[in-house]
Amino acid sequence: MNGDRAVAYAVKQAKVDVISAYPITPQTIIVESLAEYVNNGELDAAYIPVESEHSALSAAVGASLAGARVFTATSSQGLAFMWEILWIAAGLRTTIVMAMGNRALSPNINIHCSHDDAYAARDTGWMQFFAENVQEAYDLTLMAFRISEDHRVLFPSIVNLDGFILTHAAEGLRVLEDRDVDEFLPPKKPVNAIDPERPMTYGALDLIDWYMEHRKFQFEAFESTRPVIKEVFEEYGEFTGRSYSPVKTFNTEGAEVVLVALGSSAGTLRHASRELAAEGKKLGVVSLTQYRPFPVDEIRRALSEASVVGVLDRSLSFGSPAPQLFADIASALYSAKRRPLLFSAVYGLGGRDFTPQHARELFSFAQEVLRKGEAPQRSIWIGLREG
Amino acid sequence: MSTGVIRSLKEIPKEEFFAPGHRLCAGCGATQVIRFALKAVPGPKVVVNATGCVEVSTTVFPYTSWGVPWVHVAFENAPAVASGIEAAFKVLERKQGVRRPKIIVLAGDGGTFDIGFQALSGALERGHDFMFICYDNEAYMNTGIQRSGATPKGAHTTTSPAGRVIPGKLERKKNLVEIAIAHGVRYAATMNPAYPVDMYNKIAKAASFQGPTVLHYYSPCPTGWYFDPSRSIEVARLAVQTRIWPLYEYEDGRYRITVPVKEPKPIEDYFKLQGRFRHLLEPENRWLLEEIKREVEENWNRLVKLSQISQ
Repeated sequence: MNGDRAVAYAVKQAKVDVISAYPITPQTIIVESLAEYVNNGELDAAYIPVESEHSALSAAVGASLAGARVFTATSSQGLAFMWEILWIAAGLRTTIVMAMGNRALSPNINIHCSHDDAYAARDTGWMQFFAENVQEAYDLTLMAFRISEDHRVLFPSIVNLDGFILTHAAEGLRVLEDRDVDEFLPPKKPVNAIDPERPMTYGALDLIDWYMEHRKFQFEAFESTRPVIKEVFEEYGEFTGRSYSPVKTFNTEGAEVVLVALGSSAGTLRHASRELAAEGKKLGVVSLTQYRPFPVDEIRRALSEASVVGVLDRSLSFGSPAPQLFADIASALYSAKRRPLLFSAVYGLGGRDFTPQHARELFSFAQEVLRKGEAPQRSIWIGLREG
Repeated sequence: MSTGVIRSLKEIPKEEFFAPGHRLCAGCGATQVIRFALKAVPGPKVVVNATGCVEVSTTVFPYTSWGVPWVHVAFENAPAVASGIEAAFKVLERKQGVRRPKIIVLAGDGGTFDIGFQALSGALERGHDFMFICYDNEAYMNTGIQRSGATPKGAHTTTSPAGRVIPGKLERKKNLVEIAIAHGVRYAATMNPAYPVDMYNKIAKAASFQGPTVLHYYSPCPTGWYFDPSRSIEVARLAVQTRIWPLYEYEDGRYRITVPVKEPKPIEDYFKLQGRFRHLLEPENRWLLEEIKREVEENWNRLVKLSQISQ
């Protein structure tokens, strides 16, 4: 099954009530599959074929407030179009789960993978998870519903899966039995849902006298999602034998060089790490399953023993000192007692291949940094055309 | 709770679902359509409100005027939000036996004719069960009187000022009812606060349909039209009596003028009451006044013909 179909299958098993759907490559297979489930009677849900991504998320907000379990999906330009509503979906404490087939933003128009869209959503108050393979896309989708709808959470979630690399890649998939999903994910118990018997005002005007306090409440509530995410990850692990944690480490013990990445490239890094290990070289690999809230403590634990850390970003932040993941990691490590040398690498933009050879180049570069005792101030670029 | 046709104001239910103390301007027309809608739509209901005058003036945290569930998400998407609420309640009714409320969408002319146009079109096309009410004050009043696609020809606004070269807005107002009809809605109508019984009955009738209905309400705005707040209803009545704002309805293919105007009053009577139109009475703008008069007459004749041939 490919990543898109795996997500759709998880959504079907989650017995969502409402799907709002607008097509965009590379997530389109998700909403197509869901339309088939609904129209064939395999899923009892309302399917709203909205006229834009802006309306996709707007309808999802309305449905979630009405008490429904809601799913939508998007990519790239679609995410950019719904960006205004991302903030509102989070601030109104909806429990929407959205799959994002990560894709580069225009111009020039490109349908392949970058992480521009995930990064564009980073400050909006959505939880974000990154899948490294099709299995994780399936698992994280199920967990996202459980986490979002937990009464200690009540925030929407994005499940990121790399465009084409995962959305369209066929891999073996272990699915849960429907009854097991039912047990893991009981029907949503809405909080403060729209109810004419108990009228409430949602989305009021909030000015100088209260807005700041409300933002503080929201900030703290978002912070308090951290233990719940961990708890659900662990429970899912006990349930399925596939354990999850906010940050994944591989061969980091005793490794002077560690590379950090989001999404499918972590697998490529691990492959290179295994090869290097066979040659007696140590490359640690760290990847983030949980991107928002950013796993600060886990990142400190995972990286503070290293001497050199290279952070891979599949995006750019024009005019910034470094791209987005690097900035988060640098910020998380700044107050750590022991700080490794940090460097930034830009790779894979617009679907440019990232190969084990590239991972080896990064490893060599990191060893150079280690030898010099100094990291470059600017990002290095991996995989550019020659000449 | 009410159903069916009323003949006089006395028959309008006394129970209120919209509390006083809101911050809307004196003489604002919007409150009347809100109060009437909440009375004329029977049973449980939910209001979805686009950003605009009503939204900012009735829900200043920690206060609210709304005695029914009220949802505001953003400016351009109220019909999309309503689509989600409607779809959710349909499913939850089937799965959990939740009672399905009637959804009323309330948007100003900016949220209807301009920025909200796409979301409205999409929701009408999909056929969601909701009532769309546009309270049309013919410009962006909440941001300070800027022209919209609903601003009538000739009107002065802060972005279509009556200048020495360009005397106000030169473009025509979009025709919302026709746009709704083009989407295949079963019921669409115009309303005006000077004709409250007509308005009440149209809202009640719209509520009796399954699927989308569109009500276009003339919402006088003393602040943006530059007239004394005590004259709101007078201005509104003149809009009908000059045939500028024909009161009519469309129901399953049939047009009907609900308030016939046999002897129309001069358009100048309507214009001279409002600062936004006063420049049209100057000799140099005579051409524009004549153009407006011709268009008003054409529109009226069109409606008369449509109501005759569709019977």
